[in-house]
Amino acid sequence: MNQSRRTLLRATVAGGVAAVGAAAGLLNPRSVLAAGWPKPAFEAGSVDAVLAALGGAEPSNSQDIKVQAPDIAENGAVVSVTVDTSLPNVESISVMARDNTSPLAASYVLASGTDAFISSRIKMRKTSDVIAVVKANGKLYTAKKAVKVTLGGCGG
Amino acid sequence: MAIKPMKIRAWVDGDKTHVKAIIFHPMETGQRKSKQTGKLIPAHFIKEVHCEHNGRDVLTCLWSTAVSKNPFLSFRFKGAKAGDKLKISWVDNKGQRDTGETTIGS
Repeated sequence: MNQSRRTLLRATVAGGVAAVGAAAGLLNPRSVLAAGWPKPAFEAGSVDAVLAALGGAEPSNSQDIKVQAPDIAENGAVVSVTVDTSLPNVESISVMARDNTSPLAASYVLASGTDAFISSRIKMRKTSDVIAVVKANGKLYTAKKAVKVTLGGCGG
Repeated sequence: MAIKPMKIRAWVDGDKTHVKAIIFHPMETGQRKSKQTGKLIPAHFIKEVHCEHNGRDVLTCLWSTAVSKNPFLSFRFKGAKAGDKLKISWVDNKGQRDTGETTIGS
């Protein structure tokens, strides 16, 4: 994203979670929030808005990103999603469900030496595409996979 | 609220270390209604997870309410050997936090 964000990430890396609290006392709270947990990106209501909040650059589709998810998810509350990419210098991987009220489900910041591979489980409101956004060399790349959801997983 | 300790498995395969973890957390979305009272259950979810190998951050997860209940996480990284420590710590939107540690196996 921007330089201050990277710097702060390194600072938190150095001291672990404890440093986050310490940093919050020293720095402007707004910048800490923006640097730690990207609230605007998580609250954005559409895929385009999330992409804008994530970095703004126009993402390009990539054949080198593999999004593994079930074709049909019986339970939208537990959809297993695996993102794997052979792109070099991956900085972060984000997972979105297009038709969720807030599409961005999770963002993963990778250290150098960490494989560009993430597997986890997300909730999906209804049938839609799962979109992976990979940030590599400062650029955004995307890939998607359609998942049919028979029982939505966000409401009650 | 007592926190059930997370489960972490980590093992070395070639030059890579595989990690699988389950964190026990309700991950409430804030959109669900309680069946007894009909009121919305407030959101309660993990915001950040830090995974460290010997004190070096290897992965930072930023999560929203759309991550499933009792989140499962799997990732791989380079540079560890059997016997090293892997630490995972999380903090949620209510400020609760927990840390789990395991020794990397072979």
